[in-house]
Amino acid sequence: MQDKLKKIRENIEKNLEDVQNLEILDKIKVGALGKKGELTQILKDMKNLSPEEKPKVGQIVNETRQYIEEKINLKKESLKKELQEKKLKEETIDISMPGKKISIGTKHPMTLIIDEIKEIFLGMGYEIVEGPEIEEDYYNFKALNIPENHPAKDEQDTFYIDKNFVLRTQTSPVQIRTMEKGKLPIKIIAPGRVFRSDEVDATHSPMFHQLEGLVIDKNVTMGDLKGVLEVFAKELLGKDTKVKFRPHHFPFTEPSAEMDVSCFACGGKGCRVCKNSGWIELLGCGMVHPKVLEMSGIDSSVYQGFAFGLGIERIAMQKYNIPDLRLMYENDTRFLKQF
Amino acid sequence: MNIPMSWIKDYVDIDVDINTFMDAMTMSGSKVESLERKGEEICNVVVGKIVKIDSHPDAERLVVTQVDIGKEDLLQIVTAAKNIFEGALVPVALNGAILNGGLKIKKSKLRGVESNGMFCSIEELGYTTNDYPEAPQDGIYIFRDEQELGSDVCKILEVKEDIVEFEITSNRADCFSIVGLAREASVTFNKEFKYPQIKVEGVLKEDIKNYLSVDIENKDLCNRYVARVVKNVKIENSPQWLRHRLITSGIKPVNNIVDITNYVLLELGQPMHAFDINNISNGNIIVKNATNGENFKTLDGIERTLNSSMLVIADDEKTLAIAGVMGGENSMITNNTKTIVLESANFDGTNVRLTSKKLGLRTDSSSKFEKNLDPNICLDAVNRACQLIETLGYGEVVDTFIDVYENKLDVHTVEYDPDKINKLLGTNISAQEMEDILNRLEIKSKNNIATVPTFRQDIECGADIAEEVIRIYGYDKIESTLHSNTATVGKRTYNQTIEDIIKNTLVSIGFSEIMTYSFESPKVFDKLNIEENSNLRNAIKIINPLGEDFSIMRTTTVNGMLQSLNLNYSKRNNEVLLFELSRVYIADTLPIDKLPKEDLILTLGLYSNDKEKDFYYIKGVVEELLNILGLNKDIDYKFKTDCGFMHPGRTAQIDIKNITLGFLGQVHPVVVENYSIPENSFIATINVTKLFDLVNLDKKYKPLPKFPESSRDIAMIVDESIMVKEIEDIIVKNAGKILESLKVFDVYKGNQIGKGYKSVAFNLTFRSSERTLTDEEVNASMTKIISKLETELNAKLRS
Repeated sequence: MQDKLKKIRENIEKNLEDVQNLEILDKIKVGALGKKGELTQILKDMKNLSPEEKPKVGQIVNETRQYIEEKINLKKESLKKELQEKKLKEETIDISMPGKKISIGTKHPMTLIIDEIKEIFLGMGYEIVEGPEIEEDYYNFKALNIPENHPAKDEQDTFYIDKNFVLRTQTSPVQIRTMEKGKLPIKIIAPGRVFRSDEVDATHSPMFHQLEGLVIDKNVTMGDLKGVLEVFAKELLGKDTKVKFRPHHFPFTEPSAEMDVSCFACGGKGCRVCKNSGWIELLGCGMVHPKVLEMSGIDSSVYQGFAFGLGIERIAMQKYNIPDLRLMYENDTRFLKQF
Repeated sequence: MNIPMSWIKDYVDIDVDINTFMDAMTMSGSKVESLERKGEEICNVVVGKIVKIDSHPDAERLVVTQVDIGKEDLLQIVTAAKNIFEGALVPVALNGAILNGGLKIKKSKLRGVESNGMFCSIEELGYTTNDYPEAPQDGIYIFRDEQELGSDVCKILEVKEDIVEFEITSNRADCFSIVGLAREASVTFNKEFKYPQIKVEGVLKEDIKNYLSVDIENKDLCNRYVARVVKNVKIENSPQWLRHRLITSGIKPVNNIVDITNYVLLELGQPMHAFDINNISNGNIIVKNATNGENFKTLDGIERTLNSSMLVIADDEKTLAIAGVMGGENSMITNNTKTIVLESANFDGTNVRLTSKKLGLRTDSSSKFEKNLDPNICLDAVNRACQLIETLGYGEVVDTFIDVYENKLDVHTVEYDPDKINKLLGTNISAQEMEDILNRLEIKSKNNIATVPTFRQDIECGADIAEEVIRIYGYDKIESTLHSNTATVGKRTYNQTIEDIIKNTLVSIGFSEIMTYSFESPKVFDKLNIEENSNLRNAIKIINPLGEDFSIMRTTTVNGMLQSLNLNYSKRNNEVLLFELSRVYIADTLPIDKLPKEDLILTLGLYSNDKEKDFYYIKGVVEELLNILGLNKDIDYKFKTDCGFMHPGRTAQIDIKNITLGFLGQVHPVVVENYSIPENSFIATINVTKLFDLVNLDKKYKPLPKFPESSRDIAMIVDESIMVKEIEDIIVKNAGKILESLKVFDVYKGNQIGKGYKSVAFNLTFRSSERTLTDEEVNASMTKIISKLETELNAKLRS
């Protein structure tokens, strides 16, 4: 019987070597350990053994059984692994093929710039305010200290609906509308569309965007104006941006200034973009004219403040390297999708 | 304003280099726009005398000359010039010279004969024969006067000049002159300002009234009129130095009298006019309004029609000049003129501007007057002109003059508070320093009271004084601070938040944002197939548009969207999904008597090769957007058949709680053709202004389901005219609370179910939040649904 067991063992060992798939392995297992298997048969035959022999043989049978199970399991593991590897190999694809087209949309480059500027000022505690695009002549001019016969009121600059209504030529009327509400202090920005009678070309458009800022409080100074706009320029154009304030003239601010920033194309060395000056004119600003405060119902002996306004198209064009303003309003998706 | 540096230096001693000058002027308020260094590169051109001219051995057109340039040896130069002669003094470009435009002159051989330089024409020195009238057309410049041989031609002919262009702001009428900018420079560099010494000898001791009278009829438009008479005038070319100053300032020389009036215009900023006295009838000058419709030939030879709003200078019979704009041909100076009247007047700036605009005639004179000039420079100006005429020997001045000036403009005072100025600027400038700065600006200041000269009408209040102080003190010296006043919270309004959500949602779905013009052509209404009586046609008109295409404020955003689709289609972009968030302008009445409504409109537009991007796609986009804005209930879609630009069978009006928000659907085939866009183009518009009040951004957690769902599919055969929504309504109404969701998954028309019918298949999901549903419960609900569909819609269960 012991010889029999030994033979079974050797047989199985030999068979296992040639096994190539799991089904045959199963058959071998059943042949040895199944209900009608060789080992089971030996166990059945054990009833003919003497009581002394029984435990002895039983032990050997069990050992053999364990041995065979172990062998089969090992073989099973290695076979599985082999098959898995084979399968993975077969499943290999060409990973150099392009991905399936997923296409999200884009915001308009003007929106992106306006959003960027909004974030900067929101962070400094400004509210965002809007105003009408068809505006009363009074708000667009007179309330901003622009007299009746000022050249800016010429029909060659301003689109008129009639003598009382115009397409706003600037976002500044939002200042007046905000001040008239009488809620102080004021800290706002107002982006929006404005209109001027310019023929369409690479750098002009009869419709464009401006952003206005206004701060009114008891102790707001021209130093604050410089400080705020310096932070703004560095946030928008980069930490290394330098700013320069030059005297200028606007009817609604006094003193008035223009802020230049170091050229963002060449960093200030001088190039075609900045006409070799190293500087680019970014915005107009100044301390709100006391007449403007008074006309809007604010006591100029108590309150003072600053205002600024900038054209956004130019910033977008320079920032994104857009050579022709017309691209902005043609809405070609090959253009839009670049932003 | 172009300033030749050599001229401004007559009035202020500028000892810094040109870049320092320009930077400092910019920082004190006179912004430099550009610098032209005229003749900068020109060098090594000297005066030479042609001693001998021989013919060239090998070339008929060339001659060989020997030139004396003041050195031991003569210079041999070969030339093709025709106007030279032995003894002529000419500009000689030596070996190594550089001429206008960077042309380099080198020693060379011309047809085998050595040539050591070149003779120059005036063009080669950067000028024209108009600038130098004595220069021959198309030939070598020949000096008329004796010159030292070998001396620098650039100096003799004043070839080199630094010309600085300033951008003068509209409030500084005084800076549109050389002396005005010299005054600014003197304050900027803290140097003495030397106003020109003006003195008229007036050799003819006569009473001007024998020649002339002046009557101002319209004193509102002419505040002052000064006139002088000059006799025995000799008309000729001006001297070179004077012409040089005009040329480098951008004014063409004409003749000595015109040049002198222009010289004074540049120097003092006061325009003048010269009349031939023979053409002033009876010597009576009348300043009055023109007659409506009168024709008048200005001295440029153009016949112009005047109207009564325009001011003219006239005599007893006729108009002589358009005040402040241009004189007439009938009284202009000619070569035969013997006696002239010089006018130096003060005209109303606005009137001059409007007149010049109406006539389309902007002149050096009108562009100065429109700034509103100081009437107190009139006399200085006319005297300066007379002085120049006298000293240059061009005529004899009558020593009396006419000055009609009733409302004399006097200096005014402005009180200021140094503490307030410092508080405004955020500075700490002493009262003394403020006073010093103001005094240097000729704003005489004492005890905080500033006496403002009449040429500074722009200074009215303390803030103006603050600006004067700080621009000279230095904007760059103000310390940058971040104000620490009342704390404020920076935040978007609710509506701005909603706009951002809309944009972000659409971008994530694949739509790109566009921007289109707020104005368009009235022709778009026909192009959009909009009914004749539609309210959309009541657009607000611009009275002075850039052209018909930009002449009305849009009442619908659809044209802009369709134009954009068209542009993309014409560029062969094959899938285009666009949106715009912009305003329309809706008038209550026309013409408007109050601000129109400016509603914010969301416009979607798309076309695609992909068949899936159809009506139901754009509807899905709108539904998802509304869902994100908390609007997934109470949305009602009904056929919109009354919209000219939309397909009547494929357009849904979007209503929420009986408020019409807009529509979505397929573009009408006629309009598709008008815009040349694909047939399968879909658009939607939503009035976001109306949407703002409906949006619900509150989010509340709903517990996740604990019990399993039970799912059933049914397919019902109904008449094909029955809308899915009708079936859905009946199912929802009869399913009871346990119906969780309902989805259409198939609609079938065809042979299997007979003509005129369709089969609609639904998937129903049942669930209870309290227990697991039994089959019986679900079956009962299904039975009821089916029987109601059968009775109410005559539907049949499809087996």
